[in-house]
Amino acid sequence: MTDSDADIREIIFDTLRNALPRPVALTEQTHIVDDLGLDSVAVMDFVMEIEDRLDLSVPLDKIAEIETLGDLLTVLRDLKAHV
Amino acid sequence: MTLLAKYAALAAQYARLEEAGTNPFNVAFEAVLSPTEAIISGRTTLLLGTNNYLGLTYDPSVIAKSMEATELSGTGTTGSRIANGSYQGHRGLEQALADFYGRKHGMVYSTGYQANLGILSALAGKDDHLILDADSHASIYDGARLGHAQVTRFRHNSPDDLANRLRRLKDVPGDKIIVVEGIYSMLGDTAPLREFAAVKREYGAYLVVDEAHSLGVLGATGRGLAEAAGVEADVDFIVGTFSKSLGGVGGFCVADIDGFDILRVVSRPYMFTASLPPGVIAATLEALHQLRLRPGLRHQLNANSRRLYDGLARLGFTVGPEPSPVVSTIMPDPDTAFAFWARLLEMGLYTNVSLPPATPKGLALLRSSVSAAHSPAQLDHAIALFADAGRELGLIPRPSQPAWGEPDFAGAK
Repeated sequence: MTDSDADIREIIFDTLRNALPRPVALTEQTHIVDDLGLDSVAVMDFVMEIEDRLDLSVPLDKIAEIETLGDLLTVLRDLKAHV
Repeated sequence: MTLLAKYAALAAQYARLEEAGTNPFNVAFEAVLSPTEAIISGRTTLLLGTNNYLGLTYDPSVIAKSMEATELSGTGTTGSRIANGSYQGHRGLEQALADFYGRKHGMVYSTGYQANLGILSALAGKDDHLILDADSHASIYDGARLGHAQVTRFRHNSPDDLANRLRRLKDVPGDKIIVVEGIYSMLGDTAPLREFAAVKREYGAYLVVDEAHSLGVLGATGRGLAEAAGVEADVDFIVGTFSKSLGGVGGFCVADIDGFDILRVVSRPYMFTASLPPGVIAATLEALHQLRLRPGLRHQLNANSRRLYDGLARLGFTVGPEPSPVVSTIMPDPDTAFAFWARLLEMGLYTNVSLPPATPKGLALLRSSVSAAHSPAQLDHAIALFADAGRELGLIPRPSQPAWGEPDFAGAK
């Protein structure tokens, strides 16, 4: 598979848009807890959707380090590169 | 104040509940009268939220054994098994648990929480992989964090997602350890264990099942879901607790694996904490004996679970996916859960509130748990109080005609 950065970013944004109750402007600087109000389980659930779409698993310690959507993008890109 | 400032938002919510006098997270029993009754705020209250599944907390033989052991061996062990030695009772209970499960080995922990911490952190080393059901109890998540393995979670009760995760790890070195629960404590649903066992076999993984809420509840002899599903041979480790069906406190693990005893010196929650006092050990041993001796308790429990589950579903409450001793009704939001809980307590019925992130899918739950010790009349009374409070709060429809003419909407999920 050849998911580029832009593809992965679009998958993240698209998944979030479907998961959030109302439209929110999303950027790589968007803070997942502060800006989107997701709790720890909601974050893990939303990452699960992305895992399915990219066919990879994100270890929980990596998820715990993620604060912004940009952080998530970096983690997913690194994992994808090692698949 | 700055040290705790990070909890400001939570503290404000907590203070609001305290001020309203409706804090389900700070209930005090003035006196406990029996497995099913206590005094709260000066009122005799029916207990429907204690996880006392077999009602053995006041069993005369359990109490007698506990008192006898306390008089004989003292109130506490004042130390850990590793540093300060085991009492005869510790070994005896481990043997009794191994015998009950038909396994070679048993190990006792001081709480069920520590059993998961101790087993998961010790089984999975740095290069191994723990794969947890997403709805796992906090003790499973914390046990995973205490160790150094890679941890991923799969979709709750989904054998397909579990298989996906194992497939992605197929060429990655290290052992794979799957962790699931028998009955999930929030919605009372059971795991599709036969399907999980098949996936486990396909990928050569290990399987840990936490039977905390299913010991004494499921299976032909009360061993839990693995017994009920007929897959005990596929379950490598069973973890459980003494604090529910066995009416005490403590946790355990049983297994057949060779070399099991090494876990005693690599499992920190076993090594660095005081062992259970003689009175607790003796009570648990006797409770296990009663559980084996009186299958009628389990049958009564399951009949009681069905009675409450069907009763609440018939009223129009949204209940969990299957009847079990955990009967949760899904509330529209946390505030409604608090109001409903407070109204039930005022009417003399004690239940629990469960909120995200402890609950799946952001659900606010009014959680009940049933005991074999509940009489049918007590359960019918509880259902009637649910009906009154539920109608008052507009959670369920008011009967427009006599109840026996109502359509049956027990199919609500």
